[in-house]
Amino acid sequence: MSEFDDRLIADPPRKARVSQFRPVVWLVIPLIAILFQVYVPRFVQSLSYLELPLLVTVYFSLMRRQPIAGGLIGAAIGLAQDSLSQHPLGVFGIVMTLVGYFAASVSLRFDVENLALRFMLSFLFFLFHRFFFWLISRSLLGLEMDIELAQMVILGFLNAVVAIPLFFILDRLRTESR
Amino acid sequence: METFLSRYRNLSVLLLLIVAQLLLLAYQVKSNQDVRLIRVWAVTAVTPFARLVEWVRDGTGGLISDYILLRDVRNENKALREELGRTRVENYFLKAELAAADRVKALQDAQVKMPSKTLIASVIGTGTGSNSRVVYINRGSTAGIKRSMAVITPEGIVGKVIAAYPTASLVMLVTEQNFAAGVISQKNGVRGILRGQGTSVLTVEQILNESKVEQGEWFYTTGEDRIFPRGLPVGQVKLARPGRNFMEVQIQPSGLASGIDEVLVVIDGVHGEIPPPGTPPSPGVQILPAPPKAGPAEGAAATDPASPDTAAATHPAAQPPSPAAAEQRTDADRLKEKYRRIGEAQNHVYGAGRRSPDFTKAPPPPGPPPAQNPAAGQPGATTTAPAQPPAAPAAKPKPDTPGATERSKPPVGTIPPGRP
Repeated sequence: MSEFDDRLIADPPRKARVSQFRPVVWLVIPLIAILFQVYVPRFVQSLSYLELPLLVTVYFSLMRRQPIAGGLIGAAIGLAQDSLSQHPLGVFGIVMTLVGYFAASVSLRFDVENLALRFMLSFLFFLFHRFFFWLISRSLLGLEMDIELAQMVILGFLNAVVAIPLFFILDRLRTESR
Repeated sequence: METFLSRYRNLSVLLLLIVAQLLLLAYQVKSNQDVRLIRVWAVTAVTPFARLVEWVRDGTGGLISDYILLRDVRNENKALREELGRTRVENYFLKAELAAADRVKALQDAQVKMPSKTLIASVIGTGTGSNSRVVYINRGSTAGIKRSMAVITPEGIVGKVIAAYPTASLVMLVTEQNFAAGVISQKNGVRGILRGQGTSVLTVEQILNESKVEQGEWFYTTGEDRIFPRGLPVGQVKLARPGRNFMEVQIQPSGLASGIDEVLVVIDGVHGEIPPPGTPPSPGVQILPAPPKAGPAEGAAATDPASPDTAAATHPAAQPPSPAAAEQRTDADRLKEKYRRIGEAQNHVYGAGRRSPDFTKAPPPPGPPPAQNPAAGQPGATTTAPAQPPAAPAAKPKPDTPGATERSKPPVGTIPPGRP
């Protein structure tokens, strides 16, 4: 076996890496994201468009590359969001479960450290999140919610823009990849 | 089966998670009950952090502003601009402090003047979700907050409590889509149902096209929703036009106009009246200061149960007459005092005997007030213990008696028939 082959085996391609985080990161980062959403828009109204819990869910699911783990992460963060909202428990929970699951599934096929792909996935998952939230609110809760496509696309774009530096910061919290 | 589960393990777990949450959701919707424990845990876990952040923000806000903002100013302009900048920043903070103090003062004033029992609370956070129109306040069930309590400001209604946790409460704002309340227009008395739209304006539904609603007209709460006491301002009509079935009425909410940093939670609501058109839309009542001292015989009315002040005290809710109230003398009080002194000078007891005192004689100079009936100063006592007996039936007036005209005056402390 050549030296080149050895290096390939020792250092798996980025596409197949699974990131590891300290347990405290799993707890603190979602908490900060939820606190941000609860607290910051009170002072900076314009930041209410930021869906940090969603971005954190997408990031952890992408990095974890395990659909089950992604679904569980999404469910936990979504239920925490539900607990602090006026909606019944489960609305955000179901949506975020789906987001986490599909984000982790997507990560099995793509190199999730690519910036363009991260941007695109953040944008798409924002639209996915909004659409399913609207669908569940309308079909299960009977709420008459309007969906404004143009506004949704703009907000998705803004969230995707924020996702790039946020993911970069979160990358620094990784302990190892295997 | 086992093979199926192991083969589709990911999908099975996903379905399990979704079905579990759907069941949770269905249980809540079906039973109309919340899974309170999970929410209590979440809120109790998050609110200490929110309080901590608020505390840190309070502590470091001045430092950041003093340092970072002034550094920019220093870089732009040298010493003079620096001084100006510092003054401006100080001025800004003083204004902010003043505004905050004014807000709290206004709330306290409103709290005192409002008939309803209220509790001041501060907003500490917003709900999750970017389209959320709910806020958290720093008072919870331990402070006596309960679900469905009204939340208001002196300017108008703000929302209602939809969940009360031990350390905080969740308030649904009037702008939230699910919000509804009964309202009535001030000028024309048109009733409708106020609804939030998820935007900054509210709508009033169920108003017939034939009804008269004018632009700029105020809407007030009716109290029929059993949440908001009657008579609280809601907002001004921004748009009113005939619709397909019902009139389209949009309202600019007045309670959210100047921000909602501090709010009042109505603990024990008391219905008020809809103020007549033209009066300022405030739940508070303006109380004028006491008039200046009127005459030398002050103090008598305070102890006189027949005086208007003491008469007011007969109302169960009224207080005993205060020294300030004693200053509010009337002509009737002064006349009564004059008659009392004349009676004392002539050793005449009103209501006893057939003779009446000579009212033509000048009364002696004012002396100390008469011995007070011990019960007279106590609220409620005056209803059963009149200090002065009713005047004796007037003796037949002698036409040549100078005091005849005086005698025909009504006895002190009684209201002549036919007068209010």
